[in-house]
Amino acid sequence: MEYMNHSTRSHLRELEAESIFVLREVAAQFERPALLFSGGKDSIVMTWLALKAFYPARLPFPLVHIDTGHNFPETIHYRDALVEQTGARLIVGSVQDSIDRGRVVEEKGFHASRNMLQTVTLLDTIAQHGLDCCMGGARRDEEKARAKERFFSHRDEFGQWDPRNQRPELWNLFNGRKHMGEHFRVFPLSNWTEMDIWQYILLEGIEMPSLYFTHEREVFCRDGVWLAALPCIPRRDSESVEVHRVRCRTIGDITCTGLTLSEANSLEDIICEIAATRVTERGGRADDKRSESAMEDRKKEGYF
Amino acid sequence: MELASNGYLDMELLRFTTAGSVDDGKSTLIGRLLYDSKSIFEDQMEAVRQASMVRGHEEVNLALLTDGLRAEREQGITIDVAYRYFATPRRKFIIADTPGHIQYTRNMVTGASTAHAALILVDARQGVLEQTLRHAYIASLLRIPHVVFCINKMDLAGFGQNVFSDITAQLRAFELKLGLQFVHFVPVSAKWGDNVVDRSERMPWYEGPTLLELLEEIPVGAGIGPGARFPVQYVVRPNSDAFHDYRGYAGRVAGGCFAVGDKVQVLPSGQESVIASIDLYRESLTETSGAQSVTIRLRDDVDVSRGDMLVKNDPLPVTGQDIVAMICWMNPRALRQGNKYILRHTSAEVRCVVRTLESRVQISTLEEVVPCDALEMNGLGRIRLRTTRPLVFDAYRDNRNTGSFVLIDEGTFETVGAGMIVC
Repeated sequence: MEYMNHSTRSHLRELEAESIFVLREVAAQFERPALLFSGGKDSIVMTWLALKAFYPARLPFPLVHIDTGHNFPETIHYRDALVEQTGARLIVGSVQDSIDRGRVVEEKGFHASRNMLQTVTLLDTIAQHGLDCCMGGARRDEEKARAKERFFSHRDEFGQWDPRNQRPELWNLFNGRKHMGEHFRVFPLSNWTEMDIWQYILLEGIEMPSLYFTHEREVFCRDGVWLAALPCIPRRDSESVEVHRVRCRTIGDITCTGLTLSEANSLEDIICEIAATRVTERGGRADDKRSESAMEDRKKEGYF
Repeated sequence: MELASNGYLDMELLRFTTAGSVDDGKSTLIGRLLYDSKSIFEDQMEAVRQASMVRGHEEVNLALLTDGLRAEREQGITIDVAYRYFATPRRKFIIADTPGHIQYTRNMVTGASTAHAALILVDARQGVLEQTLRHAYIASLLRIPHVVFCINKMDLAGFGQNVFSDITAQLRAFELKLGLQFVHFVPVSAKWGDNVVDRSERMPWYEGPTLLELLEEIPVGAGIGPGARFPVQYVVRPNSDAFHDYRGYAGRVAGGCFAVGDKVQVLPSGQESVIASIDLYRESLTETSGAQSVTIRLRDDVDVSRGDMLVKNDPLPVTGQDIVAMICWMNPRALRQGNKYILRHTSAEVRCVVRTLESRVQISTLEEVVPCDALEMNGLGRIRLRTTRPLVFDAYRDNRNTGSFVLIDEGTFETVGAGMIVC
């Protein structure tokens, strides 16, 4: 196929080259970097790009998974298989542990989510392993506050982001200099869009978790969003369980992952579905709906 | 599946930056581009509709689509570079949206550094301001190939042809002085959408392309200079049984083309060798294409590490410790003669001292003023540097990758200056 040829000036190849460049800068500039792996498509693509960047050597950094304890079992299977295949080192930070040790208090009620609690577990994991740089799969097209994020994002000793005082980032010169106790978040996929991610997965033939393809599932509807009918989300009496063919458009913690009614059974189907979609992928994310600047507030606290 | 045949997987990528003064409608213009090119999703539009209503605006305020941070929504100004993405069937676009407020000019330099094109907004009622010239000057300094002046708010200027041609004539007078490469002018009304995506019926006298048509047609070059340059980022050594003796130099091509069998020099040491293979994951390439990220292996066991550059003699870059450069200052603590900084250039990092601050650019006249003893935040000037170790570089006009550098404060580690090498 012609589009598989590296000599074409495909936008995907340009994005790939840029991301590989960023991943190598991280390995060169930091002493203890790590790649934040959520099991979602973005972190899967980021891991794929990292494998390409350092081949035939193994990844020069571990994968870090912040486990809310409310993950789809498919996510955990995929993660473990990936670690097995690539020989990557895996660090798991557990939100349940943070709760048990009294570092955080579990939210109560129908909208309870461990999404906010993840921030504490993440910062604890960073401190415990002395990580000086965490790479995330966030993209600038996801959300308004993300659009202002640098590739190399400096965090103070409290892990906080100060959007008014970001370092200017010019050409492809990334400044990872920092003081003791500070760290960086780096986003190699900054310039990718949701469509680019799926097109690249197709182009490269990357195997994806089954959750992204259509499957039958017990679901219920809350505020116009379909959620999985699993014990970690308490339901109101009025919220009845139905069975539908659904797929995940993003994969996060079960409590905040909206499911899309879909018949998409292949990567080509997914790409066509996204091309026709009229709602953003974060439209299904309960965590963004809390207020108009929900993401900005979480990021300032040290969220992903 | 027609994904491959319709070119969906193989579109060109155009990066452009936008600049304008406060209130000349830049956010609205970008909102309009996104909205009229059908890049806005229903939930985003609904949020903007709600937010406009809460603020008591009469119409849906498209500027709210892009004003991301809480502080900006409250003050009504954009305070940092924000990146936006949209695609048409012909191209994918990355917009670096930079604020016009004077104290944030450093952000325009940031946004401009990776751009193929710059959009500069001019308020039809205000005409050419000092800010307009500052932005045009920065575009020329950063060697952005295409500059598009959008004469906005034509609706408030009666859609008059005279208004447009007066401003165009004024800008033309500066164009020669600035040495811009390709210049375009488009009369628009971002608020109502005239000549943004759809052709305006209210300005029949304008026969040129609409803004989007122009953006779809601007040629996207290879983006790298002609001389073959490969700054080594990282040395790949697997130390595994399967790849026992593998030693590869990972990096991104910063100029020209490398092929297997090419004779290369390692600078600054000057050792010579021949390219044995060019690896991209499991594939072996015969030659590189554009700014590819690859891993190069050499035939000889030479000493190469991060910060070194593989080059071909077509011609050779300069290797030296004395550099003359134009600098844009980005920090409240001024640049002064004798100051020392960390200098980051390609994958190399050295210390440097400012030998002389030769001149400062007076934006209103576009002239270099001498003498001066300090370069303040947002100032542009010419400096002479001495580095602790030799750098391998080209003039910025020949190669944006090997001709650019940043200065980093040794105490705070902030990025304080952006430099473009003159010689």
